[in-house]
This record gives sequence, structure tokens and C-alpha cells, in this order.
Amino acid sequence: MIAKTFTVVNPTGFHVRPTKAFVQAAAGFPCKITVSSKGKKANGKSSLSMLTLGIAQYDEVTLEIDGEQEEQAMETLGKLLTQVHE
Amino acid sequence: MTRYFKGIGASPGIAIAKAYPLKSETFVPEKRTVDDPEREVERFREAVKQAQDELELIRRQTEEKLGQEKAEIFEGHLLILEDPELIDTIEGNIRDNAVNAEFALHEASAFFVETLLQLDDETLRGRAADVKDVCGRVMNRLRGTESADLSGISEACIVIASDLTPSDTAQLNLETVYGFATEVGSRTSHSAIMARSLGIPAVVGAGEALREIRPGAWVVLDAEEGVVVADPSPEELEEYRKKKSRYDARKAELAKWVDRPSVTQDGHRVELAANIGQLEDVQKALDNGAEGIGLFRTEFLYMGRDRLPTEDEQFNSYKYVLEKMNGKPVVIRTLDIGGDKELSYMELPKESNPFLGQRALRLCLTRPELLRTQLRALLRASRYGNLKIMFPMIAVLDELLAAKRMLEEEKAKLIEEGAELAETIEVGMMIEVPAAAIAADQFAKEVDFFSIGTNDLIQYTMAADRMNESVSYLYQPCHPSILRLIRMVIDAARREGKWVGMCGEMAGDETAIPLLLGLGLHEFSMSPGSILPAREQIGKLSYGEWTALADRALQFASQDDVQTFVRQQLSGGDNK
Repeated sequence: MIAKTFTVVNPTGFHVRPTKAFVQAAAGFPCKITVSSKGKKANGKSSLSMLTLGIAQYDEVTLEIDGEQEEQAMETLGKLLTQVHE
Repeated sequence: MTRYFKGIGASPGIAIAKAYPLKSETFVPEKRTVDDPEREVERFREAVKQAQDELELIRRQTEEKLGQEKAEIFEGHLLILEDPELIDTIEGNIRDNAVNAEFALHEASAFFVETLLQLDDETLRGRAADVKDVCGRVMNRLRGTESADLSGISEACIVIASDLTPSDTAQLNLETVYGFATEVGSRTSHSAIMARSLGIPAVVGAGEALREIRPGAWVVLDAEEGVVVADPSPEELEEYRKKKSRYDARKAELAKWVDRPSVTQDGHRVELAANIGQLEDVQKALDNGAEGIGLFRTEFLYMGRDRLPTEDEQFNSYKYVLEKMNGKPVVIRTLDIGGDKELSYMELPKESNPFLGQRALRLCLTRPELLRTQLRALLRASRYGNLKIMFPMIAVLDELLAAKRMLEEEKAKLIEEGAELAETIEVGMMIEVPAAAIAADQFAKEVDFFSIGTNDLIQYTMAADRMNESVSYLYQPCHPSILRLIRMVIDAARREGKWVGMCGEMAGDETAIPLLLGLGLHEFSMSPGSILPAREQIGKLSYGEWTALADRALQFASQDDVQTFVRQQLSGGDNK
């Protein structure tokens, strides 16, 4: 299992569009992806679950990835977390 | 008797028609035990499948009617139906507890809706409506009931509802639905966003009292004021009809100017740009026909948080604005903190006179790491558009030279690191300290442009705190002393072949615009909503005439005299 913390900079936080991009990318990996922020945890392959985290701009978000291709998943998903989407 | 319901104007305009209240029912299924949970799961999956087919159809219809972007809402809905957390929770509940599908669906839906509604973020709270909408659709399929169909409304009306689901809004028949009012909702709920893209007026969040409006009652929807008026008197109705036709005529008139250049009658071209302070404002600037961003305040990056923004965070924001403006000029002002804007995490010393204290560039020069980080982010973003860097609050030449030196040093470092920068990046300064205005000829040799910040220039020139009510009468943008300073600045820049813009309130003021035009101002930067009226006004003015008229205006001794003179000239001009 690997874990890393990122800061979200997208001005509107993590709304539908960035979440969709994230979840779609996450679904492409076989490993288990857990996203946590402000003490709450979510399934990184579920948009609904991700949205309930209420990730806002400058929030710190931790990715815990466990299983096959975890390194690649961390790189791809970390990029999506720190990018400006809209 | 007339009744008024106060809400939020979510989509502009005024509509007058009879009320069409939508009944809203909330169905709470009872919990039953099923004999064969596997068969129940199958029944649930079948309902999901049917809901997906419906959504696919609505998605296609919406795409045809409103375009790809609006149809994305339904792609979102389709995704919800594939969401592993939602589906697994429901199917798990059916299997583990042998409950009926309706109950399991209701429980899961309620959980997500409530969790979303507890969030601070208004937009995310709005997503609760999507979950409700989608789960309601599946519920209808499970129960064999019909979803409300708004496409069949055949008489002119204003729809009144508790809330409109995204699917409701997308299916509105625009031939007959003139607008809508809802009990709940905000400016960012889907129904509000949809109303804006459909171009129909909407008032949201008007409260439960809306239920008292009877079907067929006359209703005025005044989204300008954010009010719903039910059963108006004949006189009120007549007043609103007049207001509506004035509004509609004005809107059509202004819309013509969105894609036109800003040119005077005699062919003199200027640039109308937008002042923005948030990334979200860029779209608003473009929608209002901005030819550039004349002032991008970067303070939002630093405020409302507990530490300084990193270089990468800043870079991403600047890149976004530059790309979005697609080659149009973007003037980004370096950090203007201090004065009335404080940063809790920086522990700046208290000053007895903050507006005359260590603010903006003065602060940045004593804390170089602040400015260097920002400059690096700006330089790195430069290749994504037409960036112009602007330094605020400069009083003496040494300050400008120090800032420019830092910029050159960071540029050299970045190039050495192999970064790719834009070939030319204009560097300019704000003119807001009278000393800089007076010595503008010396500054003009060192910059590519000036931007006159009138709010501060007036406060410093008049020695009158603009927050202090008792001296607010001294805020006089059209006072000859201010106009003369502005002329000095413009003339000094012109002699060096540099351009001058203005990014204060004054640039969008209809009495000031003719004078500024006449004085030779090149770029007028204002709040996005002022751009179209300004472009229309400039289109009717003659640059040649106002060059002479501005000269005369500067000879008056009071702002009143100047303004009276300008207004006389403007109305006289119309009669010609």
C-alpha cells in the first residue's frame, strides 16, 4: 500500500467534471483506491462517494492505493488532483 | 390582493403569464421483506435499465435542443446509475436484509442526498438534486408510475414548483413556459444554470409560501429584483408590462455589441476590457464581449486560506486565465495586500495608517520571496497566452526598477532551467500614487504601459479616505484636478509610444467615458456588466470632437461643472 497527500488547486474544488475525470481514470486501475479528506473517506472509483467529501480549493487530499499498478495509479491520479480543470 | 414573494433572481429578465403550479409529491416506500432477494435484485436492475433508456433519450433530446454542454447533466445522471457505491449499497441491502428494492433505493438515495446537503459548498449541495432526480426516476420504474412530463404544457404560463429537477428543466416547452419560480434552490442549482442557458427568467428560493399561488393566477416574475408577484392589480400589471418591454428592448440592443469592436463614429479604436478577481469571472468577461482582461487581481489566491499559495498553484491559475482568453491581452497585477486587505497567516505589523503604509509592492520589496514566487509562476504561464505583468502602488522610480530587476533575474533563472517563456511579455505599472502620475514622463521610459487605478489615485490626490462617509463627497472622479493628472499620464506615455489603460470604477462611468476617450485613453477596464453599455456609448461618440471637448472640460473649476458640460454635450449630440 502506498499513500500520498496532495493539495487541490482547482478553483471550484472538486465538482462534477474533475470528479468524473478522476473516477474514470481510477476505474482503469485494478488496485483499490481510497481518497480521504477532512477526516472522511471515499471510494475513488465512485463519483457519488467522492462528491460527499466536499473537496474545496486548497484542501489536502490523501490517496491510499493498494494493489496492482499502484505506482502508476498514484502518478496519474495525483496529477488529476492538482490540475486546474475548468 | 397582490402578494410578493422574495427570492433570488437566478436568470435575468421579466416574464408575465398565468401560474402553472406543479404538484410535488414525496413518496416514502414502506419496508417489506421479500422471499427471493435475488429476484428482487433482478427487479431493481431491470428498473435501472429502463431508467437508463429514458435518460439516454432525454440526453439526446437535450443535446439537439440545448447543445452538448447541457446534455452533460444527463451523462452525469447515467454515471450515477453506474456508480459502484450506490448500486452496491442498494443490492447489498436487498441481499443481506431481504428488503424490497423500493426501500433499499430510498435508503441509499436518502443517505447520499443528506450527506451532500451537509456540505459547505453550494454547488456540491446542488448535486443532491441530481441524486434525487435519478433515484426518483428509478423509483417510478419500480412502481410503474410516470415521471412528470413538462413538455406537454400547451398554454403560456409561469411554472411554479417546489424545485425543478434537471430533467424537468431540460424538457420545458419554451414556446409556452415563459419562466419559472421555485421554493428552494440557489444561483448555482441546475435549474438556475439551465434557465440561464435557455434564456428564460427564473426566480429561485422564493420559499414555501409559493404554494399558495393558485393555478391560473396572474404572475409577474421579475428576476431583476428577484421577486415573484402574484395577483397584481391591473395598474401594477400595466407597470410591469412596460418594465418588461423596456428591459427586453434594452437587452436586444446591447446583445448586438458583443462581437463588435469598440470603435468611435470617426473610426478611432479603443479596447474594452474586464476587471476580474476570481477565475470564475473569466467566462463572464467573455460573455460580455471583453476584448481582454485589464486587471486580474491576484489577491484571491492569497486570501481565505492559512498559508501562501505555492508557485505551482499560482501557475495553474494564471495558465487557466491565459488559455481561456485565447490570445487576448491579460494584465495580471502582482500581489496588492496590506491597506484594507490583510492576510492572517502573514502576521503583518499593525499600522496606524494602512493605506499610507507598507502595502502592495512596498511589502513585496521587503519580502522578496513573495514577489519572486509570483513572478516565476507568471513567467512560466506566459507561453499560454498574451500576458502583461503589472506592478501596483509605485511612488518612485527605484521601486519600479527593483521590481523589474527581480523579474529579469527570475526570467534568467527560468531560462537556465530550460523553461519555455513567451517571446514578449509587456511590463507595466499602476498609476495610483500622485507622485507617479506627476513623474509619469520618467516612468514611461521604463514600462510598456500604464494602468490608472482611479479609486486609489482619487483617494490619494484628494487626501480623503474612501471608506470614510464624512469625506466621501471628495470622491470626485471628474474633478478637473483628477482629469488633469490623467491627461499628464496619457500625454507622457504617448510621447514614449506607450499605451495607457484605466482599471478603476471611472473607466465604466458614462459621464467619464467621453472625457477619457477625448484625453486619448486606450484601454478601458471595468466590471464585465459595464462593457456592452460602454461599447454602445463609444460607438456613438466622435473621437475628434471629444478631443476638443475634453480640453474645454479641463478648464472648469468643479466636478459639477464638468459633468453638466459633458451631459449637455451628450444630449446635444443626440439632437443633431
